Amino acid sequence: MSGKPKLYYFDGRGKMESIRWLLAAAGVEFEEEFLETREQYEKLLQGGSLLFQQVPMVEIDGMKMVQTRAILSYIAAKYNLYGKDLKERALIDMYVGGTDDLMGFILMFPFLSAEDKEKQRAFIVQKATSRYFPVYEKVLKDHGQDFLVGNNFSWADVHLLEAILMVEEKKSDVLSGFPQLQAFKARISSIPTIKKFLEPGSQRKPVPDDKYVETVRKVLRMYYDLKAN
Amino acid sequence: MSGKPRLTYLNGRGRMEPVRWLLAAAGVEFEEVYLETKEQYDKLIKDGFLLFQQVPLVEIDGMKMVQTRAILSYIAGKYNLYGKDLKERALIDMYVEGIADLMQMILMFPFSPPDAKDKNLDSIKERATNRYFPVFEKVLKQHGQDFLVGNKFSWADVQLMEAILAVEEKIPAVLSGFPQLQVFKTKMSNMPTIKKFLQPGSPRKPPPDAHYVETVLKVFKK
Repeated sequence: MSGKPKLYYFDGRGKMESIRWLLAAAGVEFEEEFLETREQYEKLLQGGSLLFQQVPMVEIDGMKMVQTRAILSYIAAKYNLYGKDLKERALIDMYVGGTDDLMGFILMFPFLSAEDKEKQRAFIVQKATSRYFPVYEKVLKDHGQDFLVGNNFSWADVHLLEAILMVEEKKSDVLSGFPQLQAFKARISSIPTIKKFLEPGSQRKPVPDDKYVETVRKVLRMYYDLKAN
Repeated sequence: MSGKPRLTYLNGRGRMEPVRWLLAAAGVEFEEVYLETKEQYDKLIKDGFLLFQQVPLVEIDGMKMVQTRAILSYIAGKYNLYGKDLKERALIDMYVEGIADLMQMILMFPFSPPDAKDKNLDSIKERATNRYFPVFEKVLKQHGQDFLVGNKFSWADVQLMEAILAVEEKIPAVLSGFPQLQVFKTKMSNMPTIKKFLQPGSPRKPPPDAHYVETVLKVFKK
């Protein structure tokens, strides 16, 4: 019951990646079971492990947790990455909501048609540089502290770093207008648990490739393309 | 600074409706500002009110809160509708997130093209009756308590009640296979704050109509 958390998902980023980041940032070791076949997924379904018939699913502290946000909130609170009071939690929730929306645009990217991918790439960069990054740039500039909320490392910092790196994968110089975020990126990347997660051999997953897309489509029987924003 | 919460949104359900439900359920009075024109919306953005240039916006306890989930979590936490400990909160979060996925389908429905409406309605019915309602039916049956989590009224109960009524508006007989949910619905309807919210003249908004859709498209036009 109090073994390591166990993550059930595909062998790829998707909706589970933010959970891997947060556990890693908190210094928590975890196990993973990768969904590779439809049969595995159906077995999980029939066993009643998936409350709403979906993954991510994380076995943690005797619970079979589903719903990414619920899982992340639980981990954040358990490992003291959720601020010191209700108001700090509110700020963290707002900031994470923003980075979640931004990463959502990237999440769907591999499942778009080729022509929609180009459109979506431009959309992602536009939203990152005009809607999301300026907010965090200003937050950091205004208080001059190392972390987004309450002068303490929190879920919001982990989530923002993850988002920054993901957008950079789409446009490598995207931080060029954001000096605070550049410094933030360097600072957070050098936190020991995060540094470790960023090294080869960690449980961080690579950019989704065709094999990943194929596996997801096969396991979920999701053969249509998503629509771009 | 400690006046009533003030909600800024369109005069309709959309993403603000769960916030109205939760405040009402908690017995909290609130004010509303309705967006009717693009100019109003652009001014809000220009004046720096909207952190990510989006509504819902709720001014509460000196904060300009955005992001629906953040707002709902704050209200639930503040008014003791979030369980008694981390594990109860985890359950509540799982339940409300599942319900939010169902409500998302209903949210998007008025904006689907006419030829997709039948298909989308079928999807809502399928998801409600095969994925979401059975979960809550089973939860209530297994513990036999009045409320979903910890034998105490919580955000999860409010959210489920809202979802049941929203789905019933589209599919009137949808609860016919769910006796526990029928009882739950009746119990919730009789709770004083919810009963008040369900009466005419409350801040509860009607189902989206063509005028609402038109206003949304106009205000958020790029």
